[in-house]
Amino acid sequence: MVSDIGHRAFREKAKVLDAEAIRRAMVRIAHEILERRKGGQELALVGIRTRGAILAQRLAREMETIDRRPVQVGVLDITLYRDDLSRVAPHPIVRATDIAFDVTDLDVVLVDDVLFTGRTIRAALNALNDLGRPRTIQLAVLVDRGHRELPIRADYAGKNIPTSLAEHVEVRLGELDEKEEVVLEEPVAAGDGA
Amino acid sequence: MAMTTTRPASQTARWTKKDLLGLRELSAEEIRLILETAESFREISLRPIKKVPALRGKTVVNLFFEPSTRTRTSFELAAKRLSADIVNIAAQSSSLSKGETALDTVRNLEALKVDILVIRHAAAGAPHLIARRTHTPVINAGDGAHEHPTQALLDLFTIQEKKGRIAGLRVAIVGDIAHSRVARSNIWGLTKLGASVTVCGPPTLIPPQVEQLGVQVAHRLEEVLAEADVLMLLRIQHERQERHLIPSLREYRLRYGIDRERLAHAKPGVLIMHPGPVNRGVELDSAVAEGPYSVILDQVTNGLAIRMAVLYLVSGAPKADEEPA
Repeated sequence: MVSDIGHRAFREKAKVLDAEAIRRAMVRIAHEILERRKGGQELALVGIRTRGAILAQRLAREMETIDRRPVQVGVLDITLYRDDLSRVAPHPIVRATDIAFDVTDLDVVLVDDVLFTGRTIRAALNALNDLGRPRTIQLAVLVDRGHRELPIRADYAGKNIPTSLAEHVEVRLGELDEKEEVVLEEPVAAGDGA
Repeated sequence: MAMTTTRPASQTARWTKKDLLGLRELSAEEIRLILETAESFREISLRPIKKVPALRGKTVVNLFFEPSTRTRTSFELAAKRLSADIVNIAAQSSSLSKGETALDTVRNLEALKVDILVIRHAAAGAPHLIARRTHTPVINAGDGAHEHPTQALLDLFTIQEKKGRIAGLRVAIVGDIAHSRVARSNIWGLTKLGASVTVCGPPTLIPPQVEQLGVQVAHRLEEVLAEADVLMLLRIQHERQERHLIPSLREYRLRYGIDRERLAHAKPGVLIMHPGPVNRGVELDSAVAEGPYSVILDQVTNGLAIRMAVLYLVSGAPKADEEPA
């Protein structure tokens, strides 16, 4: 959520994942989640808006294909739980949290596209806590780019990418964007590339 | 589970105003932004823990120079569900009754570092005057016969919720249009969002040249009853009778009151709305107020979400650097 890059120019440095690599990552994570589930515990996926929610839908489909059991999926909007809300003006648009089941006593897997500072996940943990008391909460991300500012880690990661703080990881998903890829972008230096 | 990936109209809209004073000053985009934000806030009141930390550490003051229970309670709950602290000041019990001016009160509150002022005043324009003299964001909770923006917003929200749209609907506002801030705010909001509005009431209660606001005028209920998708009824104040603007409440009821018999001539699926409190047996019979077409309690529920949205947006507006005049 710190990737406020609206006013700065970025250019592509490297393509990190293409459509096929994203698909394989989702299949692998789906297998890992199911393998790690011990006994018949009930699983639920909760995607963080916006792209985490799309990835949660995809993971659920993969898991249902493998396991032939339905997986509950919810969507979490963490805007109201951001730790920098009082410093952001104007306030960001709030979208609805849509979790149609009680999370209490479930094994919840939070899903997001990029794990960076960990602050989004901190907000998501607090938000989930206000909705109930899950038995466990795990974290699945498509990309882990490092630079954590809080003691948070991913249980499942599609890919670890070494990045510098100035760089930006752009995730594009077919449902929302024209392309399907993950791209590492670097800032365009002043006077460069103009 | 269905997931929407279409981007709403407000995707690009941003709230940049310090105050919410009326719907007259708002663009259709800004109104839609408030309605969409309220849609997201509605779910919070259905949770076991009805509280989010968005306005933690902020202080909201309900500054009511005119008595109110509904609106004040709604703002109070909205602020509390956003984790703000709230202080209620009623004119009757404060130093306002000792002759302190409204502006002095506001300066004192400003010195106490409050974050948002919710103001109701019997004089039209009072919140606007105060807003110009303070850095603190002001939300108008009703000023004289001028505007009551959050009421109109919750009405728009309820119409949108029940009918799925606002544009193209026919809305009849029935009753004391001349003295109604609810009517005025609704006229601005409904016409901006593309509804066709007719105001209906006796000539003594319809302001002259109201057509200039883009509405039609009817003096007989029968002219609007069969066509209206929404019937918005206003409270008839007993004082109007004393001032001879209407012959009697009984006479008013005979010509403009909605009872079962009249409702039978209305469009199927018509929405019956009322800002409350209802004068049962005058503008609306109990059977209709509690009947299947009535959305009066939905209006109350939605009012909470609207006020949460407004508090959230106003508290996040960029701070102006310049000194107020």
